[in-house]
Amino acid sequence: MTMDIEAVFRAEYGRAVSVLVRFLGDIDLAEEAVQDAFTTAMLRWPETGVPPSPAGWIVTTARNRAIDRLRRESSRQARHAEAALLHAPDAPPEEGPVRDDRLRLVFTCCHPALALQARVALTLRLLGGLTTAQIARAFLVPEPTMAQRLVRAKAKIRNAGIPYRVPRDADLPDRLTGVLAVVYLIFNQGYEGREELCAEALRLGRLLAELMPDEPEATGLLALMLLVESRRDARRDDDGVLVPLPEQDRTCWDRDLIAEGQELVRRCLRRNQPGPYQIQAAIQAVHSDAPTGDATDWNQIRRLYDQLLDLAPSPVVALNRAVAVAETEGPRQALGLVDALDLDDYGVLHAVRADLLRRLGRDTEAVREYEAAIAFTESAAERAFLDRRRRELTR
Amino acid sequence: MKYYLLSVMQPVGGMPAPEVLEEIGKNLDVFHQELREADAWVFAGGLHGPESSTVLRPRDGDVLITDGPYAEGKEMLGGICLIKAPDLDAALEWGRKAALATTLPIEVRPFMGEADG
Repeated sequence: MTMDIEAVFRAEYGRAVSVLVRFLGDIDLAEEAVQDAFTTAMLRWPETGVPPSPAGWIVTTARNRAIDRLRRESSRQARHAEAALLHAPDAPPEEGPVRDDRLRLVFTCCHPALALQARVALTLRLLGGLTTAQIARAFLVPEPTMAQRLVRAKAKIRNAGIPYRVPRDADLPDRLTGVLAVVYLIFNQGYEGREELCAEALRLGRLLAELMPDEPEATGLLALMLLVESRRDARRDDDGVLVPLPEQDRTCWDRDLIAEGQELVRRCLRRNQPGPYQIQAAIQAVHSDAPTGDATDWNQIRRLYDQLLDLAPSPVVALNRAVAVAETEGPRQALGLVDALDLDDYGVLHAVRADLLRRLGRDTEAVREYEAAIAFTESAAERAFLDRRRRELTR
Repeated sequence: MKYYLLSVMQPVGGMPAPEVLEEIGKNLDVFHQELREADAWVFAGGLHGPESSTVLRPRDGDVLITDGPYAEGKEMLGGICLIKAPDLDAALEWGRKAALATTLPIEVRPFMGEADG
């Protein structure tokens, strides 16, 4: 694929599939038609050049491909679909309804009747244009397993009659929670080095925030992802070892992403309808405000975690709050909080406990906790960091 | 429109107290009435327990009759409700009402093909 076509593919695949799904009511047929259109583009564009409206060209070509295919079939369903396609406008308008098509598809992919992993995988596949192999790698499963999951999810959408629509207002808060969770999962999936997944999550996050300006949590999630993403380059040193946030070289942070994220956080604050994503974004905004790690306003962060724990209590949130307590009241208080948590199977707990014990000078126990944390982590960068800390204590 | 089967999943064993059952019965009547008024009603009914069931198995051109359910389990099919709905979201909404009325898990499953009207 030449760079031009690849760029068009990344930008337009999801949109084209969404439009075709609306016309056809069939995900597989829509995907095939759009893939056909891109294949044709690959053959033709190198000679004719990229058309003035590549997106329109792709949708029109896909639509004609779908009509050809439907004409060869003769079922009632095919005739209905063909009629719908023939009466559809030539090229989709650039604004408004086209965007709603994508949102419709996000909500279809993220239907609560589908398994959570299938929701993430389908969203990546249909909206992000990721190949089955890429998604399989992201989930660390064999490609045939992922292929089977995608087939099953698409079959369930078709057979169970999962509708292609943005749910009614009354269902929206419930459904949106799932959609935001899926987008955030995609982002986290990419956090350990899979840049393209983070980019896709950010794109979907922007789409949701733009399409649902009245949902502050959508804005909050986008802000959270932007602020976390801004530190990508600082998160590892030259040897690929994880650098914890307080020790990161802040000149490597992406100032544009920080400015955008902080502006969104301010917008959320003005609306004053706090939710878990908005608060997490605010916490990240406080971090990004500090010129040095030592200058971090931990009192503010601690207050935000108090609020988060109130709103969305979970042992993981309590653990993060304990980290802020360590900075404001000292490691001893924090250790008391961490010890009260029932999170033994969570590697981060061991890493936090190890750090607190180290700061309290309880080295032998700290080494044991570093070893426990190392056993849990799947990230090479994190393992290298924990191992370095552990060795510093045993020297 | 499609047909959806709502299956009531009931634990095997003792029945709830009579006053609880009476309450459930009332709630189910309301639910069924609502289905009729929405023109989503096809059929609904509760089943006798698995001890009342009989299984017929083909064998060498003949059919063998045995007492008892096809499979023993901790849960059983307690009753069914067959509805018409335009899509899964609508079917799930009925399923939600059924779960609240019966106080039991409900499995929603689509039939193949389309329902008339």
